[in-house]
Parts: sequence; C-alpha cells; structure tokens
Amino acid sequence: MTAIPRELKYAASHEWIRVEEDGTAYIGITEHAQAAMGDLVYVELPDVEHEFAAGEEAGVVESVKAASDIYSPVSGEVLAVNEALEDAPELINSDPYGDGWIFRIRLSDTEELNDLLTADEYEEQLAEEDH
Amino acid sequence: MLIFEQGQPGRRSMAEAPGGSSAPLDFPAHLMRRQLPRFPEVSELQVVRHYTNLSRKNFSIDTQFYPLGSCTMKYNPRGAHRAASLPGFLNRHPLMAETNSQGYLTCLFELQEILAEVTGMAGVSLTPMAGAQGEFAGIAMIRAYHQSRQDHGRTEILVPAAAHGTNPATAVMCGYTVREIPVKADGDVDLDALKLAVGPQTAGLMMTNPSTCGVFDRAIAEIAQTIHQAGGLLYYDGANLNAILGKVKPGAMGFDVLHLNLHKTFATPHGGGGPGAGPVAVASRLLPYLPTPIVMKSKDFYRWSTEHDFPHSIGRLSAFMGNAGVLLRAYYYARVLGRAGLLRVAEYATLNANYLMQRLVDLGFTLAYPTRRASHEFIISLSPQLKQYGVNAMDFAKRLLDYGFHAPTTYFPLLVPECWLIEPTETESLEQLELFVAALEGILKEAAEDATLLKTAPHTLPVRRLDDVKAARELDVKWSYGEEKTRST
Repeated sequence: MTAIPRELKYAASHEWIRVEEDGTAYIGITEHAQAAMGDLVYVELPDVEHEFAAGEEAGVVESVKAASDIYSPVSGEVLAVNEALEDAPELINSDPYGDGWIFRIRLSDTEELNDLLTADEYEEQLAEEDH
Repeated sequence: MLIFEQGQPGRRSMAEAPGGSSAPLDFPAHLMRRQLPRFPEVSELQVVRHYTNLSRKNFSIDTQFYPLGSCTMKYNPRGAHRAASLPGFLNRHPLMAETNSQGYLTCLFELQEILAEVTGMAGVSLTPMAGAQGEFAGIAMIRAYHQSRQDHGRTEILVPAAAHGTNPATAVMCGYTVREIPVKADGDVDLDALKLAVGPQTAGLMMTNPSTCGVFDRAIAEIAQTIHQAGGLLYYDGANLNAILGKVKPGAMGFDVLHLNLHKTFATPHGGGGPGAGPVAVASRLLPYLPTPIVMKSKDFYRWSTEHDFPHSIGRLSAFMGNAGVLLRAYYYARVLGRAGLLRVAEYATLNANYLMQRLVDLGFTLAYPTRRASHEFIISLSPQLKQYGVNAMDFAKRLLDYGFHAPTTYFPLLVPECWLIEPTETESLEQLELFVAALEGILKEAAEDATLLKTAPHTLPVRRLDDVKAARELDVKWSYGEEKTRST
C-alpha cells in the first residue's frame, strides 16, 4: 500500500503540501507519484522569490521513463528550494515526504488549502485511477 | 571495444589510402595542419572485422519485427532507394538552374499535388526538414494569420493530453502558452472541458487524430466547430496518418494546417537514419503564409517560387529546398502504390493492429481502451501482470528481445500505467504477427512460472539489463585520447 501521511494535504496532480506553524509550507510529490515515475534522474526546481498562482507549473521531475510537470498546489512566493535534489534527485524516490521535498512556499491565501484533497480523498482518487 | 582502443601507433592500411590526388598548394601556411589527425591506427582486417561485428549486433527492420511501428521504423521499399539513387538525382547540385532540373522539379511538383490530395488541403510546402520543423512552420503560419488580421489577443494553443510531446513544445517555441485539454476514459477529447477552455485568447488547437491512444476521435467535427467558432485554427499532427490514408482527409475533418511525417507514412528513412521530411499542407486561408520555396508550374515549365509569389510567407526553413533524396523516395512510394495502394496501406495498417489486438485479448492481456476499435496502433496495460506476478512492462519488453523481437513502445503514452503501445504497420504478414503472439504467450507463461527469468532479461543479447539511471546521470559518450588507462572496459 502506498504511503499517504494523514497530516498532509494533496493535489489531484499528485503533489503534497505540509503547512508549518509559521504559515509557510513544504511541497513535494507523493509516494505514488515517485513510484509511477520510477528512478528520477533530474529535477528542475523553481526560482526562489518566484510567485506562483495555485495550479501553475512550478518545475519538472524527469525519470528514466518520463518527464512530468510539478504544479504548485497553492498560490504564494517561493522561499526556498531543495538544492540537494540537484545532485541527488533520488531523494524523491527514497524519501518523498521528507528529504525529497521540492520547494517551500509562503502561502498568499490559506483558504486555498480547503480546495485540496485530504489523505482520504487522495487515497480514493488513487483507487479510482487504478480501476 | 572501440576502434580507438585497438591497433598500434604507426599501423596503417596503405592499400586503402586515397591516392592519385595531391594536396592543393595554395593554402596559407597558418591554415595547414602540423600534426596528423588522431585517427585509429589499425590494419585493414581490423577495420573490416570491427565494423562487420558491429553490424551483426544491429537489430533492424531488415532482420526482425519492430512493433514500435512507424514511430521509429517502418519498412522502406528498396525500389524507392534505388530510384532516388539514380545518377541524375544523386549528382544534381541543389543550385542547378531550373532549365536543367525539370525532371526533379516535376517530381516535387507532383508530390505537392499528391500530398494536397491525400490531406484535402489547398497547398503544400515540402521545405521543412523534419516533422518538428513542419510543426514549427504550421504554428508559425497560424500566428502569421492572426497577426495579419490584427488579432493580437490570441496567446493560447490548446493541446489534448493525448498529444505528441512535440506539440506543446512547438507551441511554446512559437511564443504561445499551452493549455492542456483532458482526455476521457474512452480516449476521446473531453469536449466539455474543451468548450470551457476556448475563448478570444485561443489561437488554435493541436491534435493528432487518430491520437496517441490509438483511437480516432469521434467528435472531431464538433471539436473543429468549437475551435472555429472561437476564432481559432486547427492544427493536425500527421504522425498517425497511416491509419486514415485515402479513407478520410484532415481537410474534411476541419483542420486548417498540418504536417506530414514522410518517414512515417511515405516510407522514407527514419530512426536516426534520416534525414527527415515534414512537409506542411494548408487550407486556402493559410496559403499566403506557406514556407518557401514551393515548386510552381507555369504552362509546361516548372520553377521555384520567388518572394513575389508569396510576399507574406513565413520565410525559408532550410538553406535549399528540403531534403531532396527523402522527398524523391516519398514521391516514388506514392506513385508506385497509387491511389488504390495508399488506401490499402491504411486498411492493412488498421487490420494488422486490430487483428493483433484481438489475439492479445485472447491471451488475457488488458486493453487500455477496451471499448474502442484500434486505429493503426493500440495500447495494452501490463498493470494486472505487475500485480499478479510482480513483472512490469519493462520486464516483459526485455524478455521479448530474447525471443528475437524488438520491444514495442513502453511507458508511453503517459496516461496509461505500465503500458505498451503496439503498432505492427501494414507491411507485416499474418505469419509474422502469429509469431509475435506466440512469443507473448510464451512470456506470459514464464511470468507465471518463473518471474525472475523476465526480471533479469535479456539473456541472449550482447548486453544485459543496462543501468538507465546511471546512463542518464553520468552521460559518457565521447572518446578522449590519453584517457585509455582510466577507462574501465
């Protein structure tokens, strides 16, 4: 069974978001997404200070099989990116919810979190996709 | 072992050395070479053995079945090559006068006419040197069209999720933003989503029909109407034209511009063996923008178009007039097959795909779009096999190599998990298709009995399972003199 931590929120496009106490949030791709992609060989990170609208393309993950866009689940300004991924994209494969985080954002509208999926809803979506 | 790693300093093959000509004497001294170039220093026999052995490792359409289909390797009839290699064509200089090139220009003019007829379009330009360049030309024409009407607010190109990866890339290259339109579970474009997406910002839609899902979009007339009503134009990616050749014309579906991959549909070289050719065809409203030159016929004289013929052209795309040899091969192919023959291409491409599809269903494989008739290609998903035996699409593909078949396209399109995209093409015989079915039956049995056999395949090829990740991360494709010692062999 693929890991779907309860405390995170999810986008239908397979990103997770973890909101910290200070109102900033970490964003990455899910366990399911990394498994579907296979071994990652390259990650294109967003630029720090760039401002995204919710659903906007924020980067690219590339594996031996495919390249796939990463979308920012929420609007906000990029505070930091996980530079470790430049040399070690495999961190996303080995620890998608931890060391494999992709970027950190300052949310401009916390209401948007309500539009995202809960762990249960995301699990349901995966079950449907699996049909 | 590379040829550089063989041989000894000073070893020569004098018998094959070029002789009879002496170096021109009027080169300035500072341009003359002071050291010999670093060629491999090997004997004639070493060269012969090296390249003969390499050629024996080749896996080619001349030796084996390639279910990758026209996407990578369709059979090219020998006659086309022979015709294009006639001395009159081969030795013709691209800048030769029109008066001395009437035969060549006749061929190109007629090819333009044939392609216009096949696609239902008003005009054709043969100059794009590849499918990607044809796409670029096509979208550049859409752009030129909107600009000529002072319609500057159209900034968006719509692309269905089942599109070829080159489509969004082309749109971006031409300065557009891309908006993806989802595809429904049955493989057709989501018409409701399309209707919500169109607007005054819509410059056009890029579509492949039949799509990468291997199905013909049944709502194409309504899609075309939706785009046209919004003021956009329709671009047809001709990659899958094999399936509809002579059956239905993109012009009749409502498309305004398209490119053809001659290497996919008209049997010209492909797969790294190019060069390619990606002619563009347009409906009458885009005629003024065609890339030049185009072959024109005035009375009985064939000539290249000038800027006076097409003052609004998007311009030239190549130094000369497209890839002459490739265009000649396509012309020969179309003329040899004729109208009836081209129709048979579509019929057999589709029949072969549907036959193979049904045979694989009989074996228990799962179709990605079970309710749909295949076009010239179809998709199976190996997800059930992955669940049942722990063997994925790549393991199946690698094992297939041991059976003497090339693998189909794996893990594409991205919409379908663990997928194989299978395209037999029109040139494969029933017997050949049955051999392929028998191989898959054997592999399916192996998956149930001994999954390791698949996971460690291939077992019979010069190289075993390669490290894809290492290859992508540590690209090593060049030979550097003086580093021989540090290389591991």
